Amino acid sequence: MVTTTLSDRLADVGLADADARTLYRWLLLTRALDERIWRLNRQGQVPFAIPARGQEAAQVGSAYALRPGHDVALPYPRDLGVVLVLGMTPLEVLLSALARADDPSSAGRQLPMHWGHARLGIVSSSSPVGTQIPHAAGIALAARLRGADSVTCCFFGDGATSKSDFHEGVSFAAIHRLPIVFFCQNNGYATSVPLSLQMAIPNVADYASAYGIPGLVVDGNDVLAVYAATREAVHRARSGDGPTLLEAKTYRLLPHTSDDDDRRYRDPAEVATWEARDPLPRFRADLLAAGLLDEPSDAELLAEIHAEIDEALTQAEATATPMPDGEPSLART
Amino acid sequence: MPEVTYRQALHDTLRDEMLRDENVFLMGEEIGVFEGSYKITAGLLQEFGAKRVRDAPIAEEGFVGAAIGAAMLGLRPVVEIMTINFILLAMDQIINHAAKIHYMFGGQSRVPMVIRTPGGGGQQLAATHSQNPEVWFAHTPGLKVVAPSTPADARGLLKASIRDDDPVLFLENLALYNTKGEVPEDRPDDVLPIGVADVKREGSDITIISYSRMAAVAMHVAEQLASEDGIKAEVIDLRSLRPLDRATIVDSVRKTNRAVVFEEDWRAYGIGAEVAATIQEHAFDHLDAPVRRIAAAEVPLPYAKNMELAALPTGQHLVDAVHATLDASGGVRGNGRSNGSKGQRSASRG
Repeated sequence: MVTTTLSDRLADVGLADADARTLYRWLLLTRALDERIWRLNRQGQVPFAIPARGQEAAQVGSAYALRPGHDVALPYPRDLGVVLVLGMTPLEVLLSALARADDPSSAGRQLPMHWGHARLGIVSSSSPVGTQIPHAAGIALAARLRGADSVTCCFFGDGATSKSDFHEGVSFAAIHRLPIVFFCQNNGYATSVPLSLQMAIPNVADYASAYGIPGLVVDGNDVLAVYAATREAVHRARSGDGPTLLEAKTYRLLPHTSDDDDRRYRDPAEVATWEARDPLPRFRADLLAAGLLDEPSDAELLAEIHAEIDEALTQAEATATPMPDGEPSLART
Repeated sequence: MPEVTYRQALHDTLRDEMLRDENVFLMGEEIGVFEGSYKITAGLLQEFGAKRVRDAPIAEEGFVGAAIGAAMLGLRPVVEIMTINFILLAMDQIINHAAKIHYMFGGQSRVPMVIRTPGGGGQQLAATHSQNPEVWFAHTPGLKVVAPSTPADARGLLKASIRDDDPVLFLENLALYNTKGEVPEDRPDDVLPIGVADVKREGSDITIISYSRMAAVAMHVAEQLASEDGIKAEVIDLRSLRPLDRATIVDSVRKTNRAVVFEEDWRAYGIGAEVAATIQEHAFDHLDAPVRRIAAAEVPLPYAKNMELAALPTGQHLVDAVHATLDASGGVRGNGRSNGSKGQRSASRG
């Protein structure tokens, strides 16, 4: 049996040891911030939350293959890991969660987790799923027409692939060989509806063949595998070889949103199976085994991240809510 | 009569209609295993099976289109759209097909389907989850639109909608689901006719015209106006937005000579605009003051709580509008009260 060391795997995908530690830090930050927002929701301070837990590797690994601020990303609401890697700060995320005037995504107008950040190339999406997919095709078309070498990466869940937006957007991009990566995080459920009631084929990636583009399934809980697949797809797009449909198989470990009760439709045994495949302990074990991390530095890193989040929350809470006074659109005549 | 919630009334009526007519079946997102986002379909998958309670993928255009097809072949699909905001994905199927097939097909095929869906804001769900676009449907010939405000009306109108041979948009409201009211026991004759408004409270000073959640708020406001100010407000619950019961509106305004429309949709081109135009066309000479409209602010509904509250119409807006209308037309008849203070109050609102 051939064993591959972590260093070999990193080298294979063009990453250094330092990248592995960086990826791990993004995973930890995503997990910790996601936990904090969930707790704030349970405490009644954040009215609505859409958790990322369980899908961090798919998000961090894919976003790490993009050029922040140069490439364009259209994240879906669960994509906390994507927007952090692309440069949104915990403070900015918390300003949105708390509906503050300084929220960079919408100044407190839009639901949290509907990410938008023009400077970072993060495009706001809507609550009805998959609507960003045709937008992404248009953004990639615009990049092509302007002669830019930016790549558009469009994120969505398996639920979005039931919609015509997905099929029309992917087909459009394929016809015009646009510089785009379609990145699906397949967590097995469209809210409560299992995959078997969403589609009659086993893989979202299988749709790609109908549109004449490559489609690839990747282990979404393996951060390096996700990075490698996305890097390849980004390279293809930037080289003028057109779109790729990537499907990261993953699982959300929490309910769909803070308004959901997943015990109604998921077997606890199934959740436990995926808890055992949690991408964080998995990557952590790889790092420890490879000597790229030790227990004390891991604990120190986590403490540092919690302190960063504490500080961001304190700052966010000290800012003002948006004020209706003087808002012309709220005037009644 | 037993008192039940609006939610329970809808649930029980769906069940009764499914028991009565095997052609009735349900389709929608999360209505089966999850029992519906708002639990209207609780227990129905268990009782009737997946054949008649069908979970749909997130594909509104697809399953609404499929319901139209099933209806054309004589079934009576009741589609649930999780919230009315998601109905936009199915608009072509609804406006271009459900509404027009009977007409364009030379009357050879009807489309006896119901689309149930809640509208409404106030839940901090922001701009794409909090809309009240019922006027788009009420604008469209070929559709019927009902918007009950009480559990009893919900029951009677849901029965009527399911039995109707035309497509009906059945508008619910998130904030009404937990409200309670008396509902008659199941009887063959508890079907309410579509297109008939209800004078929910009689009065002689002013007519308040409303529907759905705002009608429930209007009833509270009318009671408050009576007890605190001696104002006898008549409250008309439209219940049906298309067809619109113009006669009931006009008869009332001819009696009270004043009208305020109270609606949760946007004011511009809204339901209230049609009501005001109706009054102008048929009761202009009876009006003692211009018709006022209280509606949502012209803005996508904001997420931040204080902003959301500022954008939504409230009972206080209605109270103020009633006073302003009375002040503009000589106050309450027969009670001899001075209107000076009221005049200042309404003026201070600007």
